[in-house]
This record gives sequence, C-alpha cells and structure tokens, in this order.
Amino acid sequence: MNSKRPVNLDLGKFHFPLPAITSILHRVSGIIIFIGVAFMLYGLDLSLSGEAGFSRVADLLDSFLAKLITWGILSALLYHLVAGIKHLLMDMGIGEELESGRLAAKATIVVSVILILLAGVWIW
Amino acid sequence: MVNSVTNLGRSGVFDWMVQRVTAYVLALYTIFLIGFAVTTDIDYQTWSGLFGQTWFRIFTLLALISIGAHAWVGLWTISTDYIKAVAPRFLFQAACGLAMFVYLVWGIQILWGL
Repeated sequence: MNSKRPVNLDLGKFHFPLPAITSILHRVSGIIIFIGVAFMLYGLDLSLSGEAGFSRVADLLDSFLAKLITWGILSALLYHLVAGIKHLLMDMGIGEELESGRLAAKATIVVSVILILLAGVWIW
Repeated sequence: MVNSVTNLGRSGVFDWMVQRVTAYVLALYTIFLIGFAVTTDIDYQTWSGLFGQTWFRIFTLLALISIGAHAWVGLWTISTDYIKAVAPRFLFQAACGLAMFVYLVWGIQILWGL
C-alpha cells in the first residue's frame, strides 16, 4: 500500500469554504421566503380590505413577535436578493475565478448583513 | 437517456432560463416595493392607491407567477438533491406545487376580487 496517502480524516478540521456557506444560505433563505409568502399575502389581503383592515395590520405589526417574523422574512428576502444578484453577475462572467469567487462571497455576506441591520432599524 | 418528469421544462437549459428571467422580475419588484416603502409615508390611501392601479396589479401578478416558477425550479433542485426516496420527494414536490397554486389564486383574488 502507498504509505504517502493522506491520513488526516479528522472531520473537525474540515470546514466549508465561504462560497459553499453562501450557497446553502441562498437555498435556506429561498425556502423561508416561500413559506413567508403566505404571511405576506395574508397581510396584503387584510391591508387592502379597507381602512379597518389596514389599521388591523398596523396593530398586528406593533407586537414584538410580528416584528420579529417580519424582520426574519425581510432578512431572508434581502439575503436572497443580494446572493441572487451575485448569481446574475456570475452569469455575465464576473466573479467566476477562485479568488474573485471568494471575494464575491465575502461581499455577499457584508452587503446583506448591512441591509439586514438597516431593515431591523427600519422595523423598530 | 433518462428524462426527469418533475422538473419544470423537461430540460435543464429551459429551467435555467426560467429561473433567470423570473429572478430579474422578482428583483425589480422587490427593489420597487422597498423604494416605495422608503420614500412614501404609507397609509391606507397611498397603499390602496398603489394596488388600485392597473399597471401595478399586472406587475404584482407577474411577480406572483414568477415566484411560482422560480420557487418550482429552486425547490425541485433542493428536493432532488436531498430527498432520495421517490415517495417522500414526490409528496414534497406535490405540496410545493399545491402551495404555489394556492398563492397564485389567492393573489388574484386579493388583486381583483371583491
């Protein structure tokens, strides 16, 4: 047997590269948005049903839990949007190399964290 | 050659294109709504005024249809990646398809219903 085979199979030392993490987050955020559409349609339906319905939605959005759910859906949406735009740029051939790909993954995280924090400030 | 019968367009290239086209629609719709929310003091008048306009109803319906197609491609990809057994995968995809159909009809009712 070839004794030079790699033997380091310590799984604790393996970790996902950043682009893999952004890719999985893209999938997770997509699922969250898909479920979130039900909440958004419910809110839209109620808010357009009349003055009373609109103020009912405004009242609902005053509670901490509703604000948290709204922030959660908005966060997923903003992340998915930013990561999606990165995908569309990659379709144009931008950020496809190893280094630029890693940079684009970092930019995706930084930009979406900023937007998510701004969304939190806007909600509260 | 084995053809998958559950993906959207029977062809990976078609699915790829559908996902891109709907992505552009959804990005524009999202950015427009964020812009509206940031620049407008939203009350019942401005909100119902926005959704009362025909062009915005059409834009909203286009976005809803795009969500359906976009989510089908995405959720189909995810389900074929992670759910290996046929029956649970088919049930998952059927539930997703049902949800999309309900979203679409519900959305039409909100926009044009009484």
